[in-house]
Amino acid sequence: MKTIDLAESSIRELNQALHDQAVECTEREWEVLNPKGQHNIACGLDQNLSVDIHGHAGYFCAGMNKKAHVVIHGNAGQGVAENMMSGTVRVKGDASQAAGATAHGGLLVIEGNAGARCGISMKGVDIVVKGSIGHMSCFMGQSGNLVVCGDAGDALGDSMYEVHIYVKGTVKSLGADCIEKEMRPEHIEELTELLNRAGLDEDPASFKRYGSARQLYNFKVDNAGAY
Amino acid sequence: MSNDINVNPGLRESATFDRTTMAEIRRAADTGIYDIRGFGAKRKLPHFDDLLFLGASMSRYPLEGYREKCNTQVTLGTRFAKKPIVIETPVTIAGMSFGALSANAKEALGRGASMVGTSTTTGDGGMTPEERGQSSKLVYQYLPSRYGMNPDDLRKADAIEVVLGQGAKPGGGGMLLGQKITDRVAQMRTLPKGIDQRSACRHPDWTGPDDLAIKIQELREITDWQVPIYIKVGATRTYYDVKLAVKAGADVIVVDGMQGGTAATQDVFIEHVGIPTLAAIPQAVQALQEMGMHRKVQLIVSGGIRNGADVAKCMALGADAVAIGTAALVALGCNDPKYSEDYAKIGSAAGFYDDYQEGKDPAGISTQDPELAKRLDPVEGGRRLANYLRVLTLEAQTLARACGKNDLRNLEPEDLVALTVESAAMARVPLAGTSWIPGQQF
Repeated sequence: MKTIDLAESSIRELNQALHDQAVECTEREWEVLNPKGQHNIACGLDQNLSVDIHGHAGYFCAGMNKKAHVVIHGNAGQGVAENMMSGTVRVKGDASQAAGATAHGGLLVIEGNAGARCGISMKGVDIVVKGSIGHMSCFMGQSGNLVVCGDAGDALGDSMYEVHIYVKGTVKSLGADCIEKEMRPEHIEELTELLNRAGLDEDPASFKRYGSARQLYNFKVDNAGAY
Repeated sequence: MSNDINVNPGLRESATFDRTTMAEIRRAADTGIYDIRGFGAKRKLPHFDDLLFLGASMSRYPLEGYREKCNTQVTLGTRFAKKPIVIETPVTIAGMSFGALSANAKEALGRGASMVGTSTTTGDGGMTPEERGQSSKLVYQYLPSRYGMNPDDLRKADAIEVVLGQGAKPGGGGMLLGQKITDRVAQMRTLPKGIDQRSACRHPDWTGPDDLAIKIQELREITDWQVPIYIKVGATRTYYDVKLAVKAGADVIVVDGMQGGTAATQDVFIEHVGIPTLAAIPQAVQALQEMGMHRKVQLIVSGGIRNGADVAKCMALGADAVAIGTAALVALGCNDPKYSEDYAKIGSAAGFYDDYQEGKDPAGISTQDPELAKRLDPVEGGRRLANYLRVLTLEAQTLARACGKNDLRNLEPEDLVALTVESAAMARVPLAGTSWIPGQQF
């Protein structure tokens, strides 16, 4: 295992060392010490690496991740795993707003709570939150799955497209064009698999499903009040 | 038409309720929804035609046309990037998406720009292989929607342009109506086919200049600090926006005036939001100069640039380069009278066509219809664009030499005068024949 101590090395040195693994992989297991909330830790990875960050991370940790498996043993700042393409990112603590924003693939697990706009404009990622999520989550979400074992804040799924949202607790309010949908067997199966991948022991039958009513997909004058 | 010879000269058209205005009222009453269209602002605005150059005479001496050199090469991104972009002419191609434009049109833009050694730019919806393949210098737009955004393409780019807004719709997001969301466009944007696609108006994972500084650092980290990072803003509070963009860490700032085009936005937005390009440039240059960053952070100006005189006037006011969009499409064949019959069939006319959102462009440019798209040969289109870019460059050089300048960037405000009080105030150059700059002390 390779250890990089951010008390001694810069973010640039850390990221360059991790990026170099995409050209020639010499070490698969990495640990990062003393992150102390610094921004842009382990972003732009493009190799099947295991990266453990011991402490709190700032903005955009593991941003645009491909293939790598990143664990943040602490809290994560804004935009954790934003635009992730593949791999996994696990936050042991809480995540700030815009977690998993625009992410195309992979799995983001937040073992604590997530702030506002969790999964905003998500494009295929799977996000599983053990706690609760803030307002405007999954705003304009396009594809993928958002699982919330706690509660969801205001305006969940506003103007969303084809994301599957599963919430176990209460939803404060639904956003424009977001409705509760029937939980069919294929959704139970999908949710079971998501919870298993996230390592969470929850009963899939206790969740409700939400999705797009698809009434705003094309402009209609009758919907003018919703635009 | 206001000059219709059949109109009784005793009839007087209202300047307030002219026929265009009344037609829009009837259209709104018929449909109940705002007008969406492409193109840029069509209203009359103070523009570069309101400025003139003071050619050399006794007090200045000119350079010999065709014999004495006048440099047009510009390097963009010298502040932080390991690999700045060198362009041979300061005329670049602005961001326009595959989706808004056909694949052939995007390829033609890449071919034409590459032939003269300048850059072209992606748009909302991501980078296509055709575009990357045909563009020797490609700027990758990083937009609020992040449609098609992926780190592989980010690393293939020669520069990254973080788009905060555009001149046609500062503060607004984009639209791509369902008729243009084909299988390929839908797949690139991860959207259902045929929906009316809305683009967000602000970025999903940051707000404000302090966040943007961190976002720019992230983009630099992901690309290992190799390529320049541009920030593009629609012209509104340009002085403040440029200062904040410099503070956030931009290598290059792109200021797009309200004449800048769009593929689809509300008409009310296009005509009523933003400031003219002419008014934006001095604000941007002042901001850069006050920060000691003029020429260190390069300034690209766009919005209504049509000829070499416009290019030279932008440079004289302090820009390092310009970007063209609408003019490039016209060079490819947009609004060409040879398609007059086809324009008439869809209720428009050559020279007036702006319904890019409908995807029925007879010239095959702003469409995803495969039959219409075939009308544009990307090789021929590229040649036409290259010709046009060469003319812009030659014209700008001609004017610079006449002012005694051996580099387009040596043009200066002192070379210009204004024809109107408004343009003198906006461009901050004297009214012709006077030493009066409105708003400044004698």
